[in-house]
Amino acid sequence: MSPQSPPAMPEVSQAFCILFILLLPLALAGLALINTGLSRLRSAAHSMMASLCVVGVAAVAYFVTGFAWQGYPGLSSHTLTIFGKEWSWLGAGHFFLRGVPLDGSRASLAALLQLLSVGLAALIPLGAAAERWRLRACCLSTALLAGITYPVFAHWVWGGGWLAGLGANYGLGLGFLDAGGSSTIQAVGGLTALSLVWLLGPRRGKYNLEGMPAALPGHNTVYVLLGCVLALVGWMGLNAAGSILFAGIAPGRTVLVAVNTLLSASGAVLAAAAITRYRFGKPDASLSANGWVCGLVASSAGCAYVPPAAALLIGLVAGALVTYTVAWMEVHLGLDDPAGAVSVHALGGIWGILAVGLFPRTVTVLLPYPATPAMIQSGQMLAQVVGVATLLGFVLPFTYTLNWLLNRLIPQRIPPEEERQGADLYELGAGAYPEFMTHTDEFSQW
Amino acid sequence: MKITGLLMMPAGWIIVLAALVLLRAVLARNLFIAAGLGVEILGLVLLTRSHLTAKRGNE
Repeated sequence: MSPQSPPAMPEVSQAFCILFILLLPLALAGLALINTGLSRLRSAAHSMMASLCVVGVAAVAYFVTGFAWQGYPGLSSHTLTIFGKEWSWLGAGHFFLRGVPLDGSRASLAALLQLLSVGLAALIPLGAAAERWRLRACCLSTALLAGITYPVFAHWVWGGGWLAGLGANYGLGLGFLDAGGSSTIQAVGGLTALSLVWLLGPRRGKYNLEGMPAALPGHNTVYVLLGCVLALVGWMGLNAAGSILFAGIAPGRTVLVAVNTLLSASGAVLAAAAITRYRFGKPDASLSANGWVCGLVASSAGCAYVPPAAALLIGLVAGALVTYTVAWMEVHLGLDDPAGAVSVHALGGIWGILAVGLFPRTVTVLLPYPATPAMIQSGQMLAQVVGVATLLGFVLPFTYTLNWLLNRLIPQRIPPEEERQGADLYELGAGAYPEFMTHTDEFSQW
Repeated sequence: MKITGLLMMPAGWIIVLAALVLLRAVLARNLFIAAGLGVEILGLVLLTRSHLTAKRGNE
């Protein structure tokens, strides 16, 4: 099928869009620093090295198959006709970006944005599986994520797929809305992280015989907090570019997007700091950092649609959510997730998706196509719920099965004895800080 | 338990899709979508419990 192409983009929009997309590597750097800072000293170099490899593999895999299967509204796609309604389920483009003129058209800008944002999605599992995931397995798992899972779901949301068409086909508001990628990037990455945490199991020494978790604090809080600042800049670029390309807003409206992104992150970090101060007597830096990122994650879906006060509220809820769920998952579900990626990206992403349905009022103001308020309010929440159901009912089992199969072919976990000496020595042959003496209590968790 | 949980999640999703395609009445459609989501959550709980049991077994 080849639906009607969206209107050509004005040059000023192209220029703004390219500028915003080029901010995105800062989000990659931020997430890589956060993951590294939250892992232990013995795996710091491995974490940064794996981050680079994962971003590279994600870009190549997306270049090979990803954009062909994701597509963009106006490009050809595979469709099913069910009871007279068309369901676009997969892009039908050519592999290796053939047929996509890299000339500043909407499709080419979307391809550029996705080549970077798929790396962001791929960095999320890396934080959750830190210190015990083989480098080779990271790369292969990332290829599956970036080459198959991500583009299929992203087609449904951003490529003119059936989730985006829920409004036109079934009267569910304006269809599934996600301007900046709370679902396509964050929740997909977060659910993949959950699969890997399950498949790899906890780090050695994390749980005692009674099943109680030990604290294995990260080795550099400064990296983590610096990463948060870099992530803010990158996220503003991601949300702004996504809003132009996938929500159709004018460049001037990206002011609202930036304000919403900042307010959401601010609300989240303040909520996390206040709650940890109340619970533990002092604010917790790593949980506050998790709150900050969770605020960014939750802001993405609704950044172009909700008013600033709603963005602040979304952030406050996100900060509270992450503060409680990180510890709860660790203690009650046995999830050893050093970066809190499942809480931050999966739960934060799902909250962001649902929040679009809770605060739909500014959609009519921003969208460049006609929509009555009744049309928006009637089914928007339901469209968002269908999106969440798709993440839980399709993406999670699919990514789990892919990684389970990969684990059967190539064991993904570092062997126990090598895990004790650290991923740096085992995989890279040298530590991140060779001039530092390692204290014996670094190994006392064994 | 793991395979059951893994199968229940797509089963719930299919209920959601079927409700969208087959049902026109708003209340019935919403109820079936909620039911599908409930089945998915049940599958998620089973999958989580299967991994918790495996972890305790390893300890």
